[in-house]
This record gives sequence, structure tokens and C-alpha cells, in this order.
Amino acid sequence: MSRKPRDKRMSIDDVVGSLESGMTIGIGGWGPRRKPMALVRAIYNSDLTDLTIVSWGGADVGLLARAGKIRKLVYAFVSLDTVPLEPNFQRARQAASIPEVVELDEGMFQTGLKAAAERLPFLPMRAGLGSDVLVNNPWIKTVTSPYDDGHGHEELVAVPALRLDAALVHLNRADQHGNASYLGPDPYFDDLFAMAADKTYVSVEQVVDTAGLTVDAPVQRLLLSRMMVTGVVETPNGAHFSTCTPDYERDEKFQRAYAAAAGGTDEEWQAFHDRFLAGDEAAYQAAVQAFTEENAQ
Amino acid sequence: MSDTDFTRADVCAAAIADAFSQDGEIFASPMGLLPTLGVRLAKLTSNPDLVISDGESVFLGGTPPLGGKDVVEGWIPFRRVFDVVAYGKRHVMMGATQVDRHGNQNISAIGPFAQPKRQLLGSRGAPGNTVNNRTSYWVPKHSTRVFVEQVDIVSGVGPARAAAAGAGASRFNDIHRVVSNLGVFDLGGAGDTMRLVSVHPGVGVDEVVAATGFALEVPDDVPETRAPSYEELVIIREVLDPKGLRFKEVPAA
Repeated sequence: MSRKPRDKRMSIDDVVGSLESGMTIGIGGWGPRRKPMALVRAIYNSDLTDLTIVSWGGADVGLLARAGKIRKLVYAFVSLDTVPLEPNFQRARQAASIPEVVELDEGMFQTGLKAAAERLPFLPMRAGLGSDVLVNNPWIKTVTSPYDDGHGHEELVAVPALRLDAALVHLNRADQHGNASYLGPDPYFDDLFAMAADKTYVSVEQVVDTAGLTVDAPVQRLLLSRMMVTGVVETPNGAHFSTCTPDYERDEKFQRAYAAAAGGTDEEWQAFHDRFLAGDEAAYQAAVQAFTEENAQ
Repeated sequence: MSDTDFTRADVCAAAIADAFSQDGEIFASPMGLLPTLGVRLAKLTSNPDLVISDGESVFLGGTPPLGGKDVVEGWIPFRRVFDVVAYGKRHVMMGATQVDRHGNQNISAIGPFAQPKRQLLGSRGAPGNTVNNRTSYWVPKHSTRVFVEQVDIVSGVGPARAAAAGAGASRFNDIHRVVSNLGVFDLGGAGDTMRLVSVHPGVGVDEVVAATGFALEVPDDVPETRAPSYEELVIIREVLDPKGLRFKEVPAA
């Protein structure tokens, strides 16, 4: 009998196979940074539908919107930074093709995840007061402080918990049990996504021995504990074309090609889809490799 | 060009620097190029105590040129930005696709929210910024399309909306300055509406009024925005922006 914790390694297809249509799925990272793109690409190509997507969005939202996977989108922004406006997201919004849209302040979004992670129905916050976030989301209520600290009983936003059926995050390293580390400058909110979700799937650049996680990195780099993790997938270059510092930075040339296709004609998008997205992850990475060689220097 | 000749972009940089000169030791968060230039100019002149970041995840100990690196003095990943927003020791200068007479700002979308004519970024941190910390706006192309009677979607909250939402919103609402390529504005007009503070050298008050889509409060005597000093011009040209990136936002006439 094994005395070790479970081995949670699985394939991309295993992860997608464990998701169901209609689920609420949180996607980690931030805009065009450390996005679990290999898993997103697999959902893009799956028959999953009617998803609620919760994301500080980048191309993850763009791709899933383009594929018509999103029934409800919860976001604070969708941007590729160097391409400020995400063309697939813009297109979907301007065609009103996402049935339900919840735009939050980006700090409210963190507070909503925190409430979910702490199993609270809401947490109070100022953000949202006076803005159209509350006008466009009349289901978001305010709460009156029971305390008067000299400014009356302040009315604050009761930011509702953003509870997730599943969270998808991409980190630099993990062991086979789900302990995972980020090696770049920013943890983003991947631990909050994990704790807000019933199931968390972490894709990583590399699966290493448990001891390997701290051999060349301080213990503070360990963002996820295995108790928060359902499955581990090794997907080298799996955040492409978003950043995965220090393993790689954003692929700006590829991002420009993506944005041009997304903002172009249906034929141009179809050509991009056929070349890069129609196959599995190995086919995608091979096509990216060929693109990189064609566009060298 | 002689040593003391200046461009409109230099005037804007100095006006932005002035918006941060009295802030003391707080986190200055500029969004975009001219705000970054102006904040760094303030740090090298009027307010060396400003805390600045690389716009990504670290506080910089020195004051590098645009796009440059410097010694790291702190860690400011996105989660800690939210902490500082709530803590309050922060002054953000954001962009504004629309800004209205009451100082409300829109970066979310143009047209109806349900089906925008043009989807923009989303509200980002504007709702939270404007009810937590000092907020200013930078508009590189002043026009009636930007300065509108009423924004389509309220991302950033002006003082009247904050007051209507109660003390929870108004206690820390502090819309400080709007700086455009034509002038400097604040919300010191009647009923906390937008007021012309100064016009940039070479700009007429009539030009500003014509480019503004609402009734701007115009005092009887409108001063000229101050010219950048010789020291500031040297810092802008030689230290912070030797490549002239500022002219991409505010072209040299």
C-alpha cells in the first residue's frame, strides 16, 4: 500500500472530460499573463457549451467567445495589453452574442473570489458604489454597516461570492500531487481561484519531484497546496501566447497575428483556426514553432 | 530649437507633474505614456517622495527613463495594488474615452451596455479607484467626443454620483485634475462640475470651449498653464524621454 499522497497527473483531455456544459469555470492569470491556454484551447475545440466564464480576461475570453462557448461572462476587463482591445471579445460584445454579461470593477472581482474562498455569501467593499457596475448588475446589493465609526452607518457594496465549479490555472512548476509554484514576479490570484472552486486543475511548464520545488526557489514561491488541487497537467509552453515568466515572455508576434485574424474577415479567422487551433495541443505547438521560424528576426 | 523652447507635450508633462507635486509619500500610478512621464518628472523635481512602479509588479527605487529599469525597492503585484487602493495612499491618473461635466469617466464601452457600438476595455479599476483614492484623468486629444455632457457608462465616479451614493462612496472620492492637450481642469465649478483651471500656452479659451461638449465653467481670468522650467526641459529631453516618445501622444506642432 502506497504511503504517498495521490498522483494527480492527467492529460489535457482528462481535464476537459471532467468538465460539463453549463459549468461555471474560473480562469487564472491576468489579461495576457500566465493563462492556462492549453486547457482553454482544448475547451475551444470541445463540445462543451453554455459555460459561465469568470476571468480577468485576455485571449482566453476571446477564444471561448469566438467559439460560442460562453453563456455568461464575468469580467472586469478583457485586454491583450499591447493590443489594448481584444478583437474577439469586442466582436462578441458588439454582436451581443454573449447572452449574459457581468462587468465588475477589477478589485470587486478579487473580493468576490475571496468571499467564495472563505465560504461567505459576500464581502463588503466600496468599489462599485456610484458607478454603473451597480446599475448594469441590479442583482448586486449594498449592505449597511452595523457600526458607526464617525461617518454614520456606511452603505457598502455586498460583493457576492464568485463561486466556481472548476478553476483552471497555469503555473511554472508542480509536483505530481498538486503542490505548485510560480516563478515570475506576480502570483496573480491563482490561489484564490483554486479556493473558490470545487475542482482545480493546474497546468504547468514542468512536473518535478516535491523536493525539486524548493531546490532553487524560496518556499514563498509555493502558491498552491495539493489540498486545493484536483489534477495536474504538464503542458510545456502551455500558456502561449501569454507570458509565463521566467520560462518565457509574451509572444508578441504571434499575438499580433492572432489579433489581426480575430479582427479580420471570417475567412482570415478561419485560416488562423485551421492553421493553429483545429488540432490538438501537439499540433498547435508544432504550428507555433513553424510560425516562429517563418517570422524569425 | 533653443534650450528654453518647449513643446505642447512638455507643457502637458509639467502640468501632470504639478498634479502630483503636493501628494507626499504615496503610490503614484500613471496609466499610459504622458502620465508616466509627468509622474517621473514630479519625482525628480517637486516630489521626490513619490513611490513609483514599473507598471507591472515592483516599486522602483530610482527614476528611470520611459521603458527603463531601476533598482527595486518593493513588491507590488496586482493583489497588493488592490490593498493600496483600499489603504488610500495612492493617486492614479487614468485615461478617459469619455469624461463628463460631473467628472464621471467611461472606459467600458460606447453606446448601450447591452450591445455596445464599440466595446472598450471594461471598467477595470475605475469604480474602485474613484471611491478609494485620489484620481486624475489624462486626455491626449481634447474633443467633444471625449468631453461629453453625460458618459455612456459610468466607470469612474464623479463627486455628484459619489455623494448620491452616500458616505461610503463620497468619503474618499477625490477627482483631482483632468489634464488634456489643451488645458488643465478640476471639479471646482458650481455643484462640483468641471472648471477650466488653465489653458496651455498657444491655446485660446474659445478653442477649449469649442472642443468641450458641455457647459464648462470658465472663470473671468483664465491663466496660462505654466511653461516648463529649464531644469524640467533638460530632465524631459535628456533623462526621461530622450527618444521623444511623448510626441506620439502629443505631436510637436
